[in-house]
Amino acid sequence: MSILSKHKILETNATLLLIASLLVVTVGGIVELVPLFFMESTIEKVKGVRPYTPLEMAGRNIYIREGCYTCHSQMIRPLRDEVERYGNYSLAAESMYDHPFQWGSKRTGPDLARVGGRYSDEWHVNHMTDPRSVVPVSIMPAYAFLSDTVLDGAMSGAVLKTNAMVGVPYSPEMIEAATADFKAQADPDADTDGLMERYGENVNVRNFDGRPELTEMDALVAYLQVLGTMVDFSTFEPAASR
Amino acid sequence: MSGKSPDNKDPNTTGHIWDGIEEFDNPLPRWWLWVLYLTIIWGIGYTIWMPAWPLLNGTTTAGIGGYSSRADVAADIKHFVDANAAVDSKLTAVELEEIAGDPDLSNYALNGGAAVFRTWCAQCHGKGAGGFTGYPNLIDNDWLWGGTLEDIHTTVSHGIREPADDDTRLNDMPKFGEDLEAEEIDQVVQYLLSISGQEADAGLAETGAEVYADNCESCHDEGGIGNRDLGAPNLTDAIWLFGGDAASIRTTIVHGRAGVMPAWAGRLSESQIRQVSFWVHQQGGGE
Repeated sequence: MSILSKHKILETNATLLLIASLLVVTVGGIVELVPLFFMESTIEKVKGVRPYTPLEMAGRNIYIREGCYTCHSQMIRPLRDEVERYGNYSLAAESMYDHPFQWGSKRTGPDLARVGGRYSDEWHVNHMTDPRSVVPVSIMPAYAFLSDTVLDGAMSGAVLKTNAMVGVPYSPEMIEAATADFKAQADPDADTDGLMERYGENVNVRNFDGRPELTEMDALVAYLQVLGTMVDFSTFEPAASR
Repeated sequence: MSGKSPDNKDPNTTGHIWDGIEEFDNPLPRWWLWVLYLTIIWGIGYTIWMPAWPLLNGTTTAGIGGYSSRADVAADIKHFVDANAAVDSKLTAVELEEIAGDPDLSNYALNGGAAVFRTWCAQCHGKGAGGFTGYPNLIDNDWLWGGTLEDIHTTVSHGIREPADDDTRLNDMPKFGEDLEAEEIDQVVQYLLSISGQEADAGLAETGAEVYADNCESCHDEGGIGNRDLGAPNLTDAIWLFGGDAASIRTTIVHGRAGVMPAWAGRLSESQIRQVSFWVHQQGGGE
């Protein structure tokens, strides 16, 4: 009981109590934080996940700007009904280059974690321009104005650089070529060798909105069409203890 | 004033006095204390039972209870896959034409196919498969690439103009705005209106017939009856995928059309593709 009776010293001395409390909280904090210093290894290694291309990144920023995450999640939970409706459950690695991640917590609309390739580009453009034209019961607002804003990709390098600062592995060449890659991805006639070399052979190169100008619509559709498509689940072996 | 005077002290006080207020030193209720101790023990036990403690190799302790949400969902899915395994393997083994003759298979394919359609197809083709502008109606008799079960199965499996599928159905409605003169386009629009039973300028339509013969006939065939081998639509009926009024026809001719349908072979199982193909085939338009 001698230690317990000494407790009175702490209780009657505010400064000492403050210091002791800080020590206790520090111990708890270290225990919780230290595993995060090993981030590289806490995320399951998965083949195929790459950083977004400049065009997809621009689309992602539009997705965030328009608040799409308030109605759409990007997180397929490991439950049978979700897996059957949306595809394989989401893996941590699939959003490791998302800053911030778009898991969301509310589904007024469907989950979008694997929307890539599920619909045609034209469907996305129609749906964004007038959601009721393809889904009569939809309550989604129209985003037709995305077709009005022409993008030149001038800021792409800066966006990539910012993401590189928080840990996305964009190389100096990627940042250097960002604006060129941005334009090349939406132009089927462009020379895309550099783009493919930097981001892989599977990058979608198309005129996403079917119009001559490169607009926010192109960027957003490019982003949606890559969601959930990077990992090849025909060869993926899930680790059990995740 | 209530309370005790200093000389009639309750024995159970801490002896602290602040501004004349004394502090009792009653023991915590026993039951409360034991609940606290039990939750601590339970908490430690729980982290041993469940996956909890992070390890430096990136995973966590597996937990002696063997819990894994991944294993759970895999087992849950396997349960239904196993339950359907017999009928699924039979469905994928038989010839497509034989499905309709087998009550077990056709019943399974119809119900399963309806569910597949609602999940994966209804967003474009509509809940009742009635289609929208640009997305074909699947319940009528007008087919772009053919309406036999075999044709539908091929379309569902490989899609239309799907960039990632080498066997996808492919054609090219060119942008005639780049090749034809404005007046030639006027003429051929009138010609198309005339052959589809709409009001048209007879004079323009007559010259339009020549423009048609030189530019359109190779795909849409003589008189505009279409060619399913090329996915070229019939232009003489009242069914128009992108609209049949003069303005819509003009847009189609000037800018071309290239609707895309995803290939489902990688996403859906062969059994699911057969189910949904059979369901579509049974909706009234199947040949």
